[in-house]
Amino acid sequence: MSKPPDFNRQTILMQSERGFKSEIIAAIPLTAKEKLFHIRICDPCERENFTFLPGQFIMIELPGCGEIPISISSSTSNKEFLALCIRNVGKVTGMLHRLKAGAIVGIRGPFGTHFPMEKMTGYNVLLMAGGLGIAPLRAPIYWANNHRSDYKDIIILYGAKEPEQILFGYQFEEWRTIYNLNILTIVQKADKRWPGRKGIITDLFGDIHIEPDNTFAIVCGPPVMFKFVCAHLSTLGLPRQRMFVSLERRMHCGMGKCCRCNVGSTFTCLDGPVFDYWTVMNLKEAI
Amino acid sequence: MLFKTITKENFRNMIEGIMENNEVIGPKSRDRDTKGAKIYRFLKLNSFDELEMDYTRSYSSPKNYFLPFKEDLATYDLRDTGWEQEIRYTIHPRIIVGMRACDINALLKLDQVMLKSQYPNPYYSARRRNTVIIGLDHEPLEDCFCRSMNTDTAFHGFDLFMTDIGEKYFVAINSDTGYMILNRFDSCEVGEEDQLLYKEVRGRIESKFKTQVDITIVPELMDLEFESDVWKRWGDKCLSCGSCAMVCPTCYCYGIEEDIDLNFDKATKRRFLYSCNLLDFATVAGGHNFRPEAHIRLKYRYYHQFRGFVEAFNQSLCVGCNRCGKACLAGISPKAVIDDLIGTEKR
Repeated sequence: MSKPPDFNRQTILMQSERGFKSEIIAAIPLTAKEKLFHIRICDPCERENFTFLPGQFIMIELPGCGEIPISISSSTSNKEFLALCIRNVGKVTGMLHRLKAGAIVGIRGPFGTHFPMEKMTGYNVLLMAGGLGIAPLRAPIYWANNHRSDYKDIIILYGAKEPEQILFGYQFEEWRTIYNLNILTIVQKADKRWPGRKGIITDLFGDIHIEPDNTFAIVCGPPVMFKFVCAHLSTLGLPRQRMFVSLERRMHCGMGKCCRCNVGSTFTCLDGPVFDYWTVMNLKEAI
Repeated sequence: MLFKTITKENFRNMIEGIMENNEVIGPKSRDRDTKGAKIYRFLKLNSFDELEMDYTRSYSSPKNYFLPFKEDLATYDLRDTGWEQEIRYTIHPRIIVGMRACDINALLKLDQVMLKSQYPNPYYSARRRNTVIIGLDHEPLEDCFCRSMNTDTAFHGFDLFMTDIGEKYFVAINSDTGYMILNRFDSCEVGEEDQLLYKEVRGRIESKFKTQVDITIVPELMDLEFESDVWKRWGDKCLSCGSCAMVCPTCYCYGIEEDIDLNFDKATKRRFLYSCNLLDFATVAGGHNFRPEAHIRLKYRYYHQFRGFVEAFNQSLCVGCNRCGKACLAGISPKAVIDDLIGTEKR
């Protein structure tokens, strides 16, 4: 699955600092604050050579404005474009939200570790996302869909604050029916029109059956969610090395230089963003 | 390694000869502090007389010639149809004279991160490869603890390294460039007498270290004492100004900012050195700060220097120059913090 590392240092020197010029081909509003950007690398040759694995991130740059790390939320087999789900929270994301199709941005990457989908072959996969956490999980979900026969049951638990903030809800039916995934959603606050469940994501554990010996878990969400979810999964008997989390830090380089994501000897951009829970437990301040 | 000797007069000729066509950087006295002592900095030299060979400690480290406070990473030419990126990292060759062993060792530690890692840094690489380093031995100051950090001697990472043995300098040669420079000016082979003198000087230097810090168990203590009130005690003093990181010879944290021209036709991507003690260091999108308090940030600074780097490269990031201790406005010195952590601090 993974490509052998490139030991030609000259190539790394060239690629790591230089951005691929890319065109925004679509900016699709998802909710009031989030937009899904389809981004295509301009050069056909570079586009062909650009490969990534589920869970990796890229640095997206707006010249003159800034550069930010964003996880890739499209299928690894999609050679046409990269999908990035971006919430409008700061200077660069705010500017990105004002861009229309046709704008040229720069991307560097891909960086970081990936969800070890190859290890999960033959197991059940439990994917848990909170809020915007569904964005990095889309790549593994697509991967699982494309290799559906490799995995046993696939369950997605998704928690959001309000029904209006549910991301990619339009795809859930397709995933359920075509790919035979079990998707459960829960929201914290909702009015009477919401037909589904109300509460926090750990409430959904009652609705599903988890076989601790046969399950891999992937968790992504706000820091507070990791604690409760992973603690709960541990009590169920799921080994910590089979729980994977994707951490968030504000990297400035993506290459283990700026230290923004450093804790001790661990860099979230090099050793992460995907960590198993055992590593996270040994990492101070991780969540 | 090859060794030679050069008389002090010939050394003067050598530096003046190099200076004719090249940029020479060395310790220069800039000002005096409140007690009347000279303040030194590594700056461009215009004549040999400006070079202070017996300087005590430069206020900021010569690291800034390899990792400048501000550096343009790329420029952008903005057009209606898009933009073009231009990356430039070529520099003119130059010479740094008078670097201490601790500063040379600091560069070797930076090399581990910047050159020998997964993503080598081209900007640092260009500066490192085009800089000739002439090191200089010195007698330890009151508060130097480089011997405890094993950085009081340098065996590589320089071109020439000189030790004052009275009339002459005893020179260790570690590169072809260094050998060529020395050969162009009169230098002598090492005699038996020179060798004895050199050993004597080295012995004298080694016997003069007063400050000692025992860091053998510190990597473990960092985890054991992670919740200790030592951090709170020192951290509450910390003003979160980041001075320590600015003067430190090994701190390399940085930030990226992008500027746009007032005409909107040019943009610059700029790297500036940062400090993990500054308030917004670990802030992520949406405003969550992983290290909201000063004592937490101070702890993680030590955690990286004395634990993380040891884990990754089997050596601590600190070289024991105590520049941070001198620069700190709140009087936090690494020796005091570590002693307190180990429990040997006299209270």
